[in-house]
Amino acid sequence: MTTATDTRTRTIKIKIKRCDGPGKPAYWQTFSVPVKRGEGANVISCLQYIAANPITDGGVATTPVAWKSGCLEEVCGACTMVINGKVRQSCSCLMDSACPNEGDTLTLEPMRKFPVIRDLFVDRTRLFESLKRVKAWVPIDNLWEQGAGPKETPDEQQTRYKLSECMSCGCCMDACPQFHQIADSAKWQTAFIGAAPISQVRYFNLHKTGATLKADRLSEMASQGGVSDCGNAQNCVKHCPKSIPLTESIAAVGRATTIHAIKQFFTGK
Amino acid sequence: MAAENKNARVIVVGGGLAGLAACVRLAEQGVSVDCFSIVPVKRSHSVCAQGGINATNEIARQQGFSEWMHMDETLFGGDFLADQPPVYEMTHWAPRIIDLLDRMGVPFNRTPEGQRDLRLFGGSLFKRTHFSGATTGQQLMYALDEQVRRYEAEGKVAKYESWEFLWPITRGEGAERRCVGIVAQDLRTMQIRAFPAEAVIMATGGCGLIFGKSTNSVMCTGGAAARCYQAGAWYANGEMIQVHPTAIPGADKCRLMSESARGEGGRVWVPAKKGDTRDPRQIPENERYYLLEERYPKYGNLVPRDIASREIFSVCVDDHMGVDGRNQVYLDLSFKDRDELDRKLGGILEIYEKFAGEDPHDVPMKIFPAVHYTMGGLWTTFTPQERPADPRQDLNCGRDTVTGMKFGAANTMMTNITGLYAFGECNFAYHGATRLGANALLSCIFDGLFSGQGVVNYVRTEAEPVENVHQSLYDEAVQQEHFKTQRLIETAEAGHNDPATNPYQIALEMGDEMTAACTVVKTGPRMEQAMTRLRELQDRYQNVRLADGGMWTNQNLSFTRALGDMLILAEAILQGSINREESRGSHYRPDFPDRDDQRFHKTTIAKFNAKTGRPDFDYRDVVTGLVKLRPRDYGKTSSEPKKSKEPATV
Repeated sequence: MTTATDTRTRTIKIKIKRCDGPGKPAYWQTFSVPVKRGEGANVISCLQYIAANPITDGGVATTPVAWKSGCLEEVCGACTMVINGKVRQSCSCLMDSACPNEGDTLTLEPMRKFPVIRDLFVDRTRLFESLKRVKAWVPIDNLWEQGAGPKETPDEQQTRYKLSECMSCGCCMDACPQFHQIADSAKWQTAFIGAAPISQVRYFNLHKTGATLKADRLSEMASQGGVSDCGNAQNCVKHCPKSIPLTESIAAVGRATTIHAIKQFFTGK
Repeated sequence: MAAENKNARVIVVGGGLAGLAACVRLAEQGVSVDCFSIVPVKRSHSVCAQGGINATNEIARQQGFSEWMHMDETLFGGDFLADQPPVYEMTHWAPRIIDLLDRMGVPFNRTPEGQRDLRLFGGSLFKRTHFSGATTGQQLMYALDEQVRRYEAEGKVAKYESWEFLWPITRGEGAERRCVGIVAQDLRTMQIRAFPAEAVIMATGGCGLIFGKSTNSVMCTGGAAARCYQAGAWYANGEMIQVHPTAIPGADKCRLMSESARGEGGRVWVPAKKGDTRDPRQIPENERYYLLEERYPKYGNLVPRDIASREIFSVCVDDHMGVDGRNQVYLDLSFKDRDELDRKLGGILEIYEKFAGEDPHDVPMKIFPAVHYTMGGLWTTFTPQERPADPRQDLNCGRDTVTGMKFGAANTMMTNITGLYAFGECNFAYHGATRLGANALLSCIFDGLFSGQGVVNYVRTEAEPVENVHQSLYDEAVQQEHFKTQRLIETAEAGHNDPATNPYQIALEMGDEMTAACTVVKTGPRMEQAMTRLRELQDRYQNVRLADGGMWTNQNLSFTRALGDMLILAEAILQGSINREESRGSHYRPDFPDRDDQRFHKTTIAKFNAKTGRPDFDYRDVVTGLVKLRPRDYGKTSSEPKKSKEPATV
């Protein structure tokens, strides 16, 4: 077994942008990691190796790298980071395709639009706050027994299901030129909200009970930082790991917001 | 009874399905909630659940199914180890839970007419599983997460995300002992604080990481439950660990391939000829060995998970018939219609393609069993309630009265420590010796919504207000945790990687040993050997060293602390397995191949002995009264593993 693995093992380099805490300077460290071909090695297994062997390529003893992860199967969104310049989940970045050869280097950086807590671990509170901003829920009356929810056709279900796969990873925000990092949480309310919450506006407005808050959501979309701040770069849809039709959502919400604004103008409501 | 406490607070530890469902119930009833979670709650492990959630519906009823049968299947699947009244109540509440989730907006798959669609699942001959693509857990989680966010926006729920539960705070001794709060640590700033509350609900999931690579998420260490166990809460049926038959082995974890793949027609097979290395698509039908269909003609690929896992394991390990000579078998969907697969199973097929690099629409998937679910957990109790049988829900039950649980009883799913509850996977109550597929989501949400009402009543009318608890109790608890933290921090040495004292190395060895000795096949001698190894690892842990001595976002500390707790819980699991000299459900002992109801139709209760640092064991009779015990064989045709159709040539 050991002799056979030798031919399948290669050493790759993982170059990591580190930071000891908020306000501290960033610095780079490189680690050598042995990887076996055909065993499903990914960024996570490399980071696990580094945690157990926190010694840099230059032989410097250091601390384990901090990062977040959860499900490791691309449904929780936790392990999102910037890999070779592109934002994505690190669990699904497999080393046999990303670093196929001896000595190949992979670069890891934290997401760029959210404040770094430490190393690759960022604070995405703003993303969850934006879901409050658009009232991303169905306002049911209570939990008591009241029969089923509204019926829907298979097509309606398929449309909503696709939108509901959004795992709040933040890739669409990281890749968006209109979405900027803002440290002061008081300013989040009027800054561009990003693609994911706009798509959630569409998702909840498509549900019959959810639509009872449609006017509130569209008013938010019409306000500063709403859907009109989208610059149509279309990076969001290219970076969404779940292939959610984000630009379709933005277009749909944009139209609905315009109609809502005209209605408001004439009715004064 | 004291006057009603209108300012009562409840702490919910864990933000998965059980924790969020509890938050929703408590907040709706006007109780203030503090919800603690290591990860942002939306990223909890419940998102990994794929296949669906079981509940009887009108179509199933018209076909002769009923809630009573759902209960019977659950008890039978669990080899009768679960107390029966909680299972009665859960299965009878299930249809209401589906309706509620539907009202919350969960995009359940629909029939052409617009009704909620159903699929077949393990352990049943009726379609009774509701689903939302193949990411049902994620979809249910999001619906509850949204409802909790709404309460959070209204100020009724406070979230403490990136906070780790460290210890339950209790006062009093023996039967008088009450839980009055918790100590927790902010995993970013490393601040340690006490949080008072009239009651604490543990909803912290399973302990798959004790087995190293499992289908669980990285936070499923069982550390929180293990801390309650060390603080005196009883741990029940620890030996009951579910190994899921179909997962993709990986370097960092084993990724689940949902049972719904088989529910939608997926077939498990190996080449009938040992050593046949042909492309699976080139192997004709008559040269394939559909092991589950041949051995279990009635249930076929949908036998319960423990049985499927044992058969797959035996075909690979005993008969050496695994695909390409490795420990893997085919799970085949490639003969199915592509569009239908996308609508019903898109989520998992995408996972397979991303992680295994092959398209399961075209080629059979290669899978092998992996540790998946913790049936055991913190011991909890309930108040039984007798009532007349319902002619619809209890169709053909053959009796006038039934026994469920009393809604709102303060002790519902309470541990042996008053005011400390366990909901969801960390609660031992519902699944006995094997959990049926699509019953986990049900038990988690049921606990939150049903058992949550008991907590509401407890804190309102029975709990002593925490204002009466002296501050010194909280200060001492925080001091204690500071002391433990400091002890670990002082060991730190940058770059530390000596295998003997490296926490990651100890964890790796623990996982390998536990998987080898205490999963699909368990024997006395092998487990005794594992116990010796485990003790060695516990000794090595006494000298464990961190590589990070900082007090800012020190993940090294959090992991190492959980490792200590895992080593202690592992011992309860292993010793419980050694003690249970029978085979029942997931617990399979070739040295004791039969179920022994005389000796072991009992709940295992492990009580941590603080003096010895080891578990003491106690056994309690299982509460029955609804269903009589019967042999659990699922119509197996032969107890002998079938040999290959042609003699081995390689």
